[in-house]
Amino acid sequence: MSNADTHGDTKPTAFAQAMLDLRESAVLSGTEKRNLAICAIVAALWALLPLFSTGYILSLGISITIFAGLATSWTLFSGPTNYISLATAAFFGIGMYTVAGGVNLLPYPVLILIAAVAGALFAALIGLATLRISGVYFVIFSLGLAELVRQVVSWGQHVMGTSSGLYVLVDRSDSVFFWQLLVFTLVVFLVSWWIGRSRLGFALRIIGNDEVVAVHCGINTARAKVTLFIISSTFAAIAGALVAPRWSYVEPTLAFSPFLSFQVVIMSLLGGVHRLWGPLVGVIPFTIMWEFISAKFPSQTTLLLGVAFLLIVYFIPHGFVGLIEDFSRRRSGIWAALRSKWQAKGGGHE
Amino acid sequence: MNSPSAALTIGGVTKRFGGLVAVNNISFTLPANKVLGLIGPNGSGKTTMINLISGALKPSAGAIHLHGDSISDRSASEIATLGLSRTFQIVRMLPGLTVLENVQAGGVFGHRRMWGTELREHSRALLQKVGLQGVDDTVVSALTYIDQKRVELARALVADPKVLLLDEWLAGLNPTELKTGIALIEQLRTEGRTIMIVEHVMDAIRSLCDTCVVMNSGAKIAEGTPREVLSDAEVIRAYLGDIDA
Repeated sequence: MSNADTHGDTKPTAFAQAMLDLRESAVLSGTEKRNLAICAIVAALWALLPLFSTGYILSLGISITIFAGLATSWTLFSGPTNYISLATAAFFGIGMYTVAGGVNLLPYPVLILIAAVAGALFAALIGLATLRISGVYFVIFSLGLAELVRQVVSWGQHVMGTSSGLYVLVDRSDSVFFWQLLVFTLVVFLVSWWIGRSRLGFALRIIGNDEVVAVHCGINTARAKVTLFIISSTFAAIAGALVAPRWSYVEPTLAFSPFLSFQVVIMSLLGGVHRLWGPLVGVIPFTIMWEFISAKFPSQTTLLLGVAFLLIVYFIPHGFVGLIEDFSRRRSGIWAALRSKWQAKGGGHE
Repeated sequence: MNSPSAALTIGGVTKRFGGLVAVNNISFTLPANKVLGLIGPNGSGKTTMINLISGALKPSAGAIHLHGDSISDRSASEIATLGLSRTFQIVRMLPGLTVLENVQAGGVFGHRRMWGTELREHSRALLQKVGLQGVDDTVVSALTYIDQKRVELARALVADPKVLLLDEWLAGLNPTELKTGIALIEQLRTEGRTIMIVEHVMDAIRSLCDTCVVMNSGAKIAEGTPREVLSDAEVIRAYLGDIDA
């Protein structure tokens, strides 16, 4: 990332610095190459899903793909900074409404682009105004934000005298739809991965640990946070734009549903927010479980979502990733203990 | 006022918190390659002074210059990139990061900007220099207090600052650790670093400082070599109270 705070003549310009940073980050280590290869293989296999199944399984696959993208992009900002954002629905809804409002006027791809820009601009505005508040105040604000946007949209529709809902009719087969979302989710992963290993990603981790230290290390914390918030929110807006045609009917209560924000947070926390693949680990079981719950207990979903939230926060605060890493650490600890015992025994015999 | 050898110039700095004047019209100069001690009884405004210099607080009046650049109206992060590093009175670690990452944190966006192998190697070298070996990948919570202080010092040094502020860096160390600590700062001094230390440990003041500034109730009451100020009647009165009392 560029650093416009450069002073004096000896330092390169912001642009030159950004180019240098870019070149630095283009060098991949062996492990990184291996991980990328694994990621590519998994994605390629996942992309074959529509060839083998249609109907229910494909629609489950679509849900998993979209939530993987949303949860990963949520974690991009909220993971390192610990700013729990419940504003996903606000941006998702903006993306959705951009498409719904313009579907009869402009080609669909252009609308996706506009949705992204609208999401980014709105996030910049919100970010600059609110990232000075933190902790529970930010959480409440972000929740209220989605509600505010929903009310404004409803009001706007009422004033203009249009019906409360809009139809989005774009001709897409389920397979094409699935592949579109897969590309989106892959982009989210790549961007998150790239930011995670960049200076900006490291700066975010420092900020999440101790903002005072971050400032005294020369990090412009406000800019780092706003940048990440914009990227993360833009992805949510794009997701909304991509999902709109599948819903085919869009109305404020659906598009800006706080339910979506909570689901994204829960899935991310369930998986673990300190690893790139963490949210994915949460998304897969949760989406499958959720399909089951909403089919069996359609009127108790809110209750069960709340219970799930409590259980996760109390019992697996570091998510599945935390459990897995604890387990492997303990196992290696046991191995080390056994080995040293064995060696001590061996030494005793000699 | 800004002679070329002055690394840090404090000119008539005042800080008010509502009705309380925590720092009252203080002026002094820290020459380059020297060590200045800022001393005074508890509550005399030393830490406020450090916070004003590092940008954590903004002065109500007065100017602060770092090598001729005015820094009193800049943000703490800008001041850090201009070449001023600090440690904290109560050690501040980044608990979620390893020891090495804690040190690297100082160099990502600091005065000397580094990344990748360069930053890693430089941070390792500094950890070695402050006396920490083989703990690069340890979590910081596993370190003893002095070792955490070492990490913090390495983090402050990694961006190669023009001026280093140490806020009671020696506080809370046992006598053996204290010796090690003093030797470490002594080593930085002989390297020609420009350092300002806030300290209560008088042995450290005597052996390390070229000059001393003494504060009491927010005001400067003495300035000079450690020997001079420590025998100054007003300084003794500030620390020990009035003899007649």
